[in-house]
Amino acid sequence: MSASLPQIPWNADHAAALVARCVALEGPLLPALHVIQATFGCVPDEAVPIIAQVLNLSRADVHGVLTFYHDFRRVPAGRRILKFCAAEACQARGSADAIAQVERALGLKVGETRSDGAVTLEAVYCLGLCASGPAALLDGDPFARLKGARLDHLLTQVLP
Amino acid sequence: MSVRVFVPADAAALAVGADQVCDILSAEASQSGLPIEIVRTGSRGMFELETLVEVETPAGRVGYGPIYPDEARDLAHSGLFEAKSHPKCVGPVETLPFLRRQMRLTFARCGVIDPQSLDAYRNAGGLAGLEKALSLTPEQIVEEITRSGLRGRGGAGFPAGIKWDTVRRAQADRKYVVCNADEGDSGTFADRMLLEGDPFLLIEGMVIAGLAVGAAKGFIYIRSEYPHAIRAFSRAVATARNAGLLGPTAGGGLPAFDIELRVGAGAYVCGEETAMLESLEGKRGQVRAKPPLPAHAGLFGRPTLINNVLTLAAAPLILANGAEAYAAHGHGRSRGTMPIQLAGDIRNGGLFEAPFGLDLNTLVYDIGGGTLSGRPVRAVQVGGPLGAYFPPSLFDTHFDYEAFAARDGLIGHGGIVVFNDTVDLAAQARFAMEFCAIESCGKCTPCRLGSVRGIETIDRIIAGERSSLAVLEDLCETMRLGSLCALGGLTPYPVMSAVTHFPQDFEPRGEALAPPK
Repeated sequence: MSASLPQIPWNADHAAALVARCVALEGPLLPALHVIQATFGCVPDEAVPIIAQVLNLSRADVHGVLTFYHDFRRVPAGRRILKFCAAEACQARGSADAIAQVERALGLKVGETRSDGAVTLEAVYCLGLCASGPAALLDGDPFARLKGARLDHLLTQVLP
Repeated sequence: MSVRVFVPADAAALAVGADQVCDILSAEASQSGLPIEIVRTGSRGMFELETLVEVETPAGRVGYGPIYPDEARDLAHSGLFEAKSHPKCVGPVETLPFLRRQMRLTFARCGVIDPQSLDAYRNAGGLAGLEKALSLTPEQIVEEITRSGLRGRGGAGFPAGIKWDTVRRAQADRKYVVCNADEGDSGTFADRMLLEGDPFLLIEGMVIAGLAVGAAKGFIYIRSEYPHAIRAFSRAVATARNAGLLGPTAGGGLPAFDIELRVGAGAYVCGEETAMLESLEGKRGQVRAKPPLPAHAGLFGRPTLINNVLTLAAAPLILANGAEAYAAHGHGRSRGTMPIQLAGDIRNGGLFEAPFGLDLNTLVYDIGGGTLSGRPVRAVQVGGPLGAYFPPSLFDTHFDYEAFAARDGLIGHGGIVVFNDTVDLAAQARFAMEFCAIESCGKCTPCRLGSVRGIETIDRIIAGERSSLAVLEDLCETMRLGSLCALGGLTPYPVMSAVTHFPQDFEPRGEALAPPK
């Protein structure tokens, strides 16, 4: 979800309290992982035994789920997260060129975080903006028709 | 009296600056002392016109678009609020051919009303289906759904009535309704538009489904890539709860039914119904072998009705207007309307709801207006990443489940992605395998390994190893027949359709070879 939420430093007690709020849910693990990531920016290794204990699961169960889903990160992302659509409808509207331009401008490849921590660039497969591509999410906010001046403008927002 | 101005809050409008347009219009109006009321709507589904600003006049709503934020001030000063003419004026919106030619049943209110207002929903005909359902027995509700001919809109096209009846008949201490809003197919956005543009319709549909099958709890699984749809739908659920429409206890003649929203985590395969159940249970999104069917033993082992957003959203209309009225539209065994999504390189991209049966020529050229780039159309991919690529010579295919199946294609969730003559179908075939490799849940071998072998085999073909074409065909056959679910089972569709219809793209790449047209 949106990465623009305020993120706070890791705190085991706070994490345990957040997970405890999910206990009453049916199938609480995904909501628990989401809340940990939204709060701390990632699901660090220290979180795994805490989640396992509070939800009465094995650490292997938690690890297995955490590493299955593309959304969950085990290390923090950059300060901005740019998710660029790489699926077919945006391809048909020229996303490959747009992504290449983004990579050059930001000095990184899809899947990487800049060494100064300014931005993480990720591929995403469809944002439901398939007749307005190329499309992207910047910290959860949608951007479309990302060509020419509109793409340049987005890049100045990512790296002022 | 204040002037009513309508600005979409759909993600497709927000992505091109609708919020800023709104702020500017509102500031300009207050500066000139003009009382205006801005209503945030869903999208009309004409994406090339977004942001489409509409102003109410005695003769209907007049539209202006596409309006970018840097044009909003000029628009306000040029007489927007008096609906004056302007270069960006498209005239009375309802008379635009793209809208006039549709039959909007599911999307009748989308882009028209404030989607967060339950009163607006009710005034526009909402809740009539639920009212009808409350006067019927569960058996009678299911009977209506069956007679309407409604088929699952998620892609498989399974008769909804049979599924509803199976869950209704199942005996258990509790049952569930699960709405599949994991709309991961590229080229589709109908679920997203409905979640943002008319969420109460889906809520009403889920309540009716609960009533019909005897479930008191509904889950909706929305993909994380749709943050705005998540926010819009959860607001609507809260409103419905406050109004007594949803809740853990019965009230006002309504049955106890509540909806819990769950957010996906970026796994495409969780759109597959059994992987979704695993994910809801808090597990890795791995596909389950069937049987047992989810209708018998689904979420937490209980009988579960899983339907796509559009399937559940069709239920209120069917009950309100009668099964015959719905079944009267359509083509062959595909009854009712389908929200078709025109995407990719297309001039009039967006959502076009029509009865089944239009052919691709009509959809791509006549309604879609051909490519946006002005280049010739070379291919369309229908039905998302698992759908076949069709060349223009197959554009006489009618939009109908059986007609597409007869040509080794599928309509899936109704997305049509148009590609111009620069597309390289070997690259698209390779991408299909690559996507399958990235998104495979890993449970079955044909999908997990076949997709990786597929990438390598296509690379060898492009490098000039012609004999590998037979290997690719064989591999696709194995994936199609041997995979547990549609991901591995249907990835051969885009791959083999590319090979069959565009063989020249699989010729060895060399200096002497002209680039693919």
